[in-house]
Amino acid sequence: MFTNLAALRRYRGLIQTLVARDLKARYRGSVLGFFWSFINPLMLLVVYTFVFTVVMPTQHPVDIRPYALFFFCGILPWTWFSSSLSESANVLISGGNLIKKVLFPAEVLPIVSVLANMMHFFLGLPILVAFLIYYQRPLDPAELLWFPVIVLVQFIFTTGLALLLAALTVHFRDIKDILGNLLTLWFFSTPIIYSMQMAPEHYRWVLNINPMTHLAISYQEVLFHIGPHGHWKWLMALLGGSVLVFLAGYFVFDRLRDSFAEEV
Amino acid sequence: MTNAIDVVNVSKVYRRYARKKQFATLKSALLKGSLIRDLQPDETFPALRGVTFSVPKGCTYGIIGRNGSGKSTLLKCVAGITKPNEGTVKVNGRISALIELGAGFHPEISGRENVFINGIMLGLTKREIHRRFDEIVEFAELKDFIDAPVKTYSSGMYMRLGFAVAIHVDPEVLLIDEVLAVGDQSFTAKCLDKFAEFRRRNRTIMLVTHSLDLVEKFCDLALWLEKGKTLAEGEPKRVVASYLLDVGNAEEAEIAKTEVTKAAQVARDNAAGISNTAGQPSDVVNTPANMFQATEGRWGSREVEITEVTLHGPDGQVSHVFQSGDGMEVRVKTRVHVATNDFVFGVGLFNADGICCYGTNTNIEELQPDEISGEGMIGFQIANLDLVEGTYKIDVAAHKLDGYPYDYHRLLHTFRVKSRTKDVGIYRPRHRWNFTSNIRFKTP
Repeated sequence: MFTNLAALRRYRGLIQTLVARDLKARYRGSVLGFFWSFINPLMLLVVYTFVFTVVMPTQHPVDIRPYALFFFCGILPWTWFSSSLSESANVLISGGNLIKKVLFPAEVLPIVSVLANMMHFFLGLPILVAFLIYYQRPLDPAELLWFPVIVLVQFIFTTGLALLLAALTVHFRDIKDILGNLLTLWFFSTPIIYSMQMAPEHYRWVLNINPMTHLAISYQEVLFHIGPHGHWKWLMALLGGSVLVFLAGYFVFDRLRDSFAEEV
Repeated sequence: MTNAIDVVNVSKVYRRYARKKQFATLKSALLKGSLIRDLQPDETFPALRGVTFSVPKGCTYGIIGRNGSGKSTLLKCVAGITKPNEGTVKVNGRISALIELGAGFHPEISGRENVFINGIMLGLTKREIHRRFDEIVEFAELKDFIDAPVKTYSSGMYMRLGFAVAIHVDPEVLLIDEVLAVGDQSFTAKCLDKFAEFRRRNRTIMLVTHSLDLVEKFCDLALWLEKGKTLAEGEPKRVVASYLLDVGNAEEAEIAKTEVTKAAQVARDNAAGISNTAGQPSDVVNTPANMFQATEGRWGSREVEITEVTLHGPDGQVSHVFQSGDGMEVRVKTRVHVATNDFVFGVGLFNADGICCYGTNTNIEELQPDEISGEGMIGFQIANLDLVEGTYKIDVAAHKLDGYPYDYHRLLHTFRVKSRTKDVGIYRPRHRWNFTSNIRFKTP
């Protein structure tokens, strides 16, 4: 397993090329091209604003105003996470030709979809910056140093899950269908459209065992809330947990590797 | 000299799941609590059983065998795409497998970008691709289309580009699985030239193909695989010859099998015919309107009955597959229910298109009938079966001088003519070529 893991370094060039291909191919043929990376979260914002101001009007607490900014802090990383997983679940099957007919390191495929979605996440960040400037929010440069750490933790965590899902979906095709609903549930159990403070006291433990909660809060602390990053202990714990998830995911993937060429 | 490929005692078992037990869903497997049980295959299919061979460096190695004999599995094991269940495969040097062309192409992006991506997938670096790019495009004959998205390519263009990239990876070991059927004649010729260049540069090629010609002309060694086992290995001409012999035998068995069912049919007809002979010969009305229309069947009054038709080879054995130019004898057994002095025997040869290649009868050849009674046998000997390769059927008939049919077997008996020459037409006249001394051919 670890020799295979080490071999991954050799595929850097391949991964790089495939990520670039993915980005190029995704919006090929659409008029707005990669602007969709901005427009998608904007449209989501419009939807949720409509729901919470017109359909079921609620008073946003002071600590999550301006709401648009708060929302983007959570939704952008969430989109990265959820699209990575739903793509990974499918990636070995749609890339079946590569696995069956070419000598191809299969783990590259889920990793590429996580990385490609990470690039989309980065491409969506300017919209966050625009809102930061619009609302004239100050950013603490020292706090910003945490940002790459959070991204790294999320990357490790997401990749681990992506590998696991990709490998299992080859054998159980219905994971694809379950996953959609599961991700919706997961989305609403993560403080993205609401803040942790808004959640009822006795349900907070549920949110606390959700790893995405701590990522979302970390993003919000760094990019939204004024004041020091108070969540770093959780984040560090999550880093440890993510490494375990990654190793577990890779272990399962490695064990099932030989079956891919026959089952895909 | 070291070997480029060493395959030692390789076995590969594919699992087969019975359809009713194959779970489509995780949920159903969990609900029934049979997850572990369902994961166990209930049937296995051995694709390779203990195959051992080695390919010396610089050798072109051909693998032949029938469909489903495990050729492609063997190639995939050598390529490392699947792992054998037993045994070891060792390959020295960079490997490139032409199993499916353009497998990693993305339809939305241009040919140019796909060349780069595909090249990197096959193990080249960006710089190497840059250096070979023009050559690749030139080879694929896609200069004008290289910047168009691959989805707009025709399947031929797609294959050519895939082939061009794969061949320019410049591997030390090249694995090819039946991919020469790409593009037109000139492209195939170009591919063969490229292979020849590979050989000159002492690269190793392993070739899986049905084209025996290619194996004979091109390979240094050949291996014949049958049901996952090695049946013959060594000098290509010898391996191909024994393979062909076996294919001939299998065809023989195939035709013999259908002949047996037909014989049973004839026997049933005979039984029916006997009960008919006393009364009116009702089958006479079944005579087809157009005698030159090739429809299978049997009719006639059976006063003179053809009880058995067999084909015999030059050795006198019953046979259904003949080499072009060999001798053949048609033996016809007869039984006469009503003795007569009015009878004609005829034989006709038809090819698969229903075209009459030859037809004759005793009347045409001016044999005057005198007397027929009891049981007898007729031999119709053909000294040289000078027909081109193909499947042929024969007519055998007994009738009166005026055409009134006693027993007419139309196209009921089949035989095959095999030939190593791919000449065309129906008839192969005995021939030879003569040239004056200023017209020369290479001696093979």
